[in-house]
Amino acid sequence: MYTFSSRLKTFSFVLIALGILGIGYSFLTAPKTVEDVEKILAAENAHGGHGADHEAGAAHGEDAHGHAAEGHHEATASHTSHGNDTHAEAGHQPDVHAAHDEHQEHLEHVLHQLKTKPWSAVYVAALFFMLLSLGALAFYAIQNAAQAGWSPVLFRVMEGISSYLIPGAIIVFILLVLGVMDMHHIFIWMDEDVVAKDHLIQAKTGYLNGPFFLIRAAIFMGGWIWYRQYSRKNSLLQDDANDNIYYKKNFKASASFLVFFIISESIMSWDWIMSVDPHWYSTLFGWYVFASFFVSGITAIALITVYLKAKGYLEYVNTSHIHDLAKFMFGISVFWTYLWFSQFMLMWYADIPEEVVYFKTRIEDYNLPFFGMLVMNFVFPVLILINTDFKRLSWIIVMAGIVILCGHYIDFFNMIMPATVGDRWFIGVGEIGAVLLFLGLFIFVVFTTLTKAPLLAKRNPLIEESKHFHY
Amino acid sequence: MSNKVIHVLYNDDDILMDAVKQTRAAHHHIEEVYTPFPVHGLDKAMGLAPTRLAIASFLYGLVGLSVATTMMRYMMIIDWPQDIGGKPSFSYIENMPAFVPVMFEMTVFFAAHLMVITFYMRSKLWPFKEAENPDVRTTDDHFLMEVAAHGDVDQMVSFFESTGAVEVKVIEKQ
Repeated sequence: MYTFSSRLKTFSFVLIALGILGIGYSFLTAPKTVEDVEKILAAENAHGGHGADHEAGAAHGEDAHGHAAEGHHEATASHTSHGNDTHAEAGHQPDVHAAHDEHQEHLEHVLHQLKTKPWSAVYVAALFFMLLSLGALAFYAIQNAAQAGWSPVLFRVMEGISSYLIPGAIIVFILLVLGVMDMHHIFIWMDEDVVAKDHLIQAKTGYLNGPFFLIRAAIFMGGWIWYRQYSRKNSLLQDDANDNIYYKKNFKASASFLVFFIISESIMSWDWIMSVDPHWYSTLFGWYVFASFFVSGITAIALITVYLKAKGYLEYVNTSHIHDLAKFMFGISVFWTYLWFSQFMLMWYADIPEEVVYFKTRIEDYNLPFFGMLVMNFVFPVLILINTDFKRLSWIIVMAGIVILCGHYIDFFNMIMPATVGDRWFIGVGEIGAVLLFLGLFIFVVFTTLTKAPLLAKRNPLIEESKHFHY
Repeated sequence: MSNKVIHVLYNDDDILMDAVKQTRAAHHHIEEVYTPFPVHGLDKAMGLAPTRLAIASFLYGLVGLSVATTMMRYMMIIDWPQDIGGKPSFSYIENMPAFVPVMFEMTVFFAAHLMVITFYMRSKLWPFKEAENPDVRTTDDHFLMEVAAHGDVDQMVSFFESTGAVEVKVIEKQ
């Protein structure tokens, strides 16, 4: 049996506390009125102007240029983004704003972005950790359905990770409900004023409407959690059984779950991620999102396995098991890149305005995260994990795993943020706080579940093969 | 100096593996083992050095990537930068997504083919090459271990007979 080390428990509480503080700070400091925004913009412009005055000075030359360019960008950003960003219309009340000038509209636009920023930060982190745990669950189901001989010694680790799905899904569901209740504006199509003026969204209201959206979410989350609880229960019962009835039940449940999963996952990606950009659509988006959280889930399995092995809890896990997990990390990273590139290149090549705008805003406003994640999610793992000997070294797995997880957080950040905060993004207190909160919660839930059952599934028919697995 | 070798034949791969381990423990030099199919772990038991074919393949892949990049940069950007359907041919990076499929395929092509050719050259395989099979049964259902004979040949023969061999022959190599 695993005992939750008190240091790790304290660490997870500290993360949760810091996260709550960071999120609270970002909500409190978010501007509330147009006047606040005016002050912020004025401060930014003054800074830019100040730099411009000193442009001749050699020492400040480069710095000043940078600030001046930034100020200029701010001024023009609203014009370029109006066409494709529905937030511009969000604050546009027909009667009140009839006489308002462009400047006022810009302020409203920025206010909306800044008010949505702390919400988006929480949403991205909540979604990332929930989907990571769902990725581990999908991996678990695949191992069961494929009757993999190497992985049964890791089943309890996977069950531990998938236990976060329950609190994680509840949190995401609450965030979705709050959106439908108009508490935040991550989903612009939930705003009736916007829909009234936007015939493109109007045409989609048969699908994109609050009640149907929440019903779908409840069905998907319910289905995933049901499979998770059912397979965990059978896995524990199999430990003390005299026959393989629970193993067979798990096999059938896993096969059915995988069918349900791939359908619900695809629809989930349209609902919770693609619909933040309700004017944009992509066919392989579901697969792309799947690859992103699937590799994150496998990486989490590898990291927690390495941790537990280092603490001496996983007697039968050897470097061959680690090697196999590393191969999956490597392979699915490449798969993710393949889908990322296929989506990007098809749209870049055809250059159809209504779909290429998605990448245009990302390349212009999110250049570093957009291409930086490509280095973190593809170049780095491919170069480091291609070597067979490296795939057996714990510190390489940990290093590559941390880079992959950070890279896929940025991937989700890139999917949500451009539509909700636009060029007002920053990875600051709110974003880091949200990640710390959910990381702390994740560690607490996962390691608590690991203490609930022995870390070796005893009577799994493939456990002997798995114990002696050698590659 | 006589060029005597001992041919030891087995009819089971498990017996062969045990025999190889015993032979190594008895410090007899195994010249070669002929098997009808790959025997898992035989190379480790024989103490053979790991292959470096994968490293060679990685380097060939880099060559392929360089060839593709250089070729397309010269053709599409330097030599005749035409406007083809509005694609930006001002610099390589601006038009890179269009080149990636070629870069990928060339990398795979070079890595795969040059590695295969390296394998043929290193293992000396080519058409019309004379087969080096010492006993025709080794391509069907027998395993043959060739050991250099030294010292007391009769004692070696009895040693190999005790390892489960179905046949032990002393051969004079030309």
